[in-house]
Amino acid sequence: MSAVRRLAANWLPAYAVLFILFLYLPVLLLPLFSLNNSASPRFPLSGFTLKWYAGLPKTPALLDAAWNSLIVGVSAAVLATVLGICAARALTRYRFRGQRAMQGLIMAPLVMPEIIVAVSILIIVLALGMPLTLLTVTLGHVLVCVPYSISVLISGFEGFDRSLEEASADLGETSFGTFRRVTLPMMAPAIISSLLVGFTISLDDFMMAFFLGGNDVTLPVYIWGQLRFAARLPGVLALGTLLLVASIVLLTIAELMRRRAQERTQTTGGLLA
Amino acid sequence: MPDATRPMIEIDTVTRSYGDFHALDRASLTIKEGEFFSLLGPSGCGKTTLLRLIAGFDQPTSGSIAIDGQPMDGIPANARPTNMVFQSYAIFPHLKVGENVAYGLKRMKLGAAEEKRRVDEALSMVSLAGLQNRGATELSGGQRQRVALARALVMRPKVLLLDEPLSALDKKLREQMQVELRRLQKAVGITFILVTHDQYEALAMSDRIAVMFGGRIAQVATPKEIYQKPVNRQVADFLGGMNFIKADLVEENGDSIVVDTAAFGRVKTDRPRAFAAKDREATLGIRPERLRVLWDDATAKHEIAGTVVERHYFGEITHLVVDVPGMEKPLSVTETNDFGADDLPLGAKIRLGYDPDALVALAD
Repeated sequence: MSAVRRLAANWLPAYAVLFILFLYLPVLLLPLFSLNNSASPRFPLSGFTLKWYAGLPKTPALLDAAWNSLIVGVSAAVLATVLGICAARALTRYRFRGQRAMQGLIMAPLVMPEIIVAVSILIIVLALGMPLTLLTVTLGHVLVCVPYSISVLISGFEGFDRSLEEASADLGETSFGTFRRVTLPMMAPAIISSLLVGFTISLDDFMMAFFLGGNDVTLPVYIWGQLRFAARLPGVLALGTLLLVASIVLLTIAELMRRRAQERTQTTGGLLA
Repeated sequence: MPDATRPMIEIDTVTRSYGDFHALDRASLTIKEGEFFSLLGPSGCGKTTLLRLIAGFDQPTSGSIAIDGQPMDGIPANARPTNMVFQSYAIFPHLKVGENVAYGLKRMKLGAAEEKRRVDEALSMVSLAGLQNRGATELSGGQRQRVALARALVMRPKVLLLDEPLSALDKKLREQMQVELRRLQKAVGITFILVTHDQYEALAMSDRIAVMFGGRIAQVATPKEIYQKPVNRQVADFLGGMNFIKADLVEENGDSIVVDTAAFGRVKTDRPRAFAAKDREATLGIRPERLRVLWDDATAKHEIAGTVVERHYFGEITHLVVDVPGMEKPLSVTETNDFGADDLPLGAKIRLGYDPDALVALAD
């Protein structure tokens, strides 16, 4: 028994390290080759350069794609967050029939094959005769972002002491005033977190943008298009690196905000404190 | 000056039901202007339900509530002349102390100077002067409670509602706050309604108390009357220790009854309102501190003899359990330790003196 345990004690850390390497090594190669002087991603490295980064702003198609991504990302994040606030509030505040089922259905897009969802939406959009534009991409992204928004917002709303809103009403404030002066400021970190997560998810999403974008290209679709040209690969690597860094930074801020929201709601209960 | 004869809150046969369950069952009550009134009872007795109905957080299923002569039907919490101190205090954590207190004033558009004056006044009233810029999360439990009080009092409500405001504080602070709340209430002259499950708190602070059980109001009276003349066994039991004594009914008049007991002989006592003797049986009660040990040659006009079977030391007092011949259950006796009750050996034969007025008849 103890031999097995010793073996496990020695091997589990090694396994864990290998697993982490497998997960993150490819991602680390991306910035590495984006700084490499050679046009082909291959060892040995031939020298340090920033020329691939310098070339990015000189590509009009890329700037268009970045602009499109920004528009879609901001719109999708805002829409998903607004919908998420309503849903998260309902799910944490009230007890109603079918609540668990509803929560499950809202979360389901997280695990559904996105290609199936994207194609299904495409069929409906075409049947409705809607043109494929950034609007359709945004709608698709809202669907993908809402589950993330809700899980972030629920952790902010949970433990929100209901008597705070009652106290506000008791002091003469209307329900809209209460939302504006108490609920919203207290939820601000969670809401910012939800916006950042939504934006990041939208920024990285390929499937919806590919199927629903028509001729309007977002960054991931642009990258996919560039992969056909070997000469443009270093530029794609540079762009990918920038996206990666942006995602990590945004998600880190989002997580810090989410924790702050959680702390805030949990230090309000006088009995719990 | 508050007019102590003017009704401030009139509760008329108010029921609050959730399906078949009556959280509050046909409660009627009048609370007068400037009164410190307590709703006392165990958890689930309906006291908080009643308080929330008065505040307007909930609406009665039937019956009506009037505040200062104004019917409150359909009037929401934000339009009522009441303010509440919540059990959790509900201090807004994203606002400073001063901003918390000024929260309700903002809507009144008093102007910066007047608003500041009232906030300062309210904070000094609760001994928190100068803490305006302190963050709400940097406060101790006692300070949060004071901020909650100031935030409610600054609104100059007609009625201040307090939902178990002291339950989160430790014993010493709680006792200090009891005195302070009482003093504050006398100073501002506002009607206070306190919800509590702590009988000592209710007794110490209130002008009058309503004792509630199972959604109903069992008794409304002054602390002294509630304690000394509880209407039934449940109230008697809830308000502290009580010896229950089986008695046989001899005579029943309008206002009084005469009973026979094994240990206390024939007793004449007031007839409680809801008294109904079944099979000519009745129950008498006597508080443990109304029985006193007769030391050495001391005598009393009325005394009984017994044997000490248990002794529990509580510092300033000792609880004795005394077996009395003819009684089903032994008597509890609370005795100060001046004369050595804490040293009485088990099995000691003692005599107990009592005042027959301390024996009260209790309805079931």
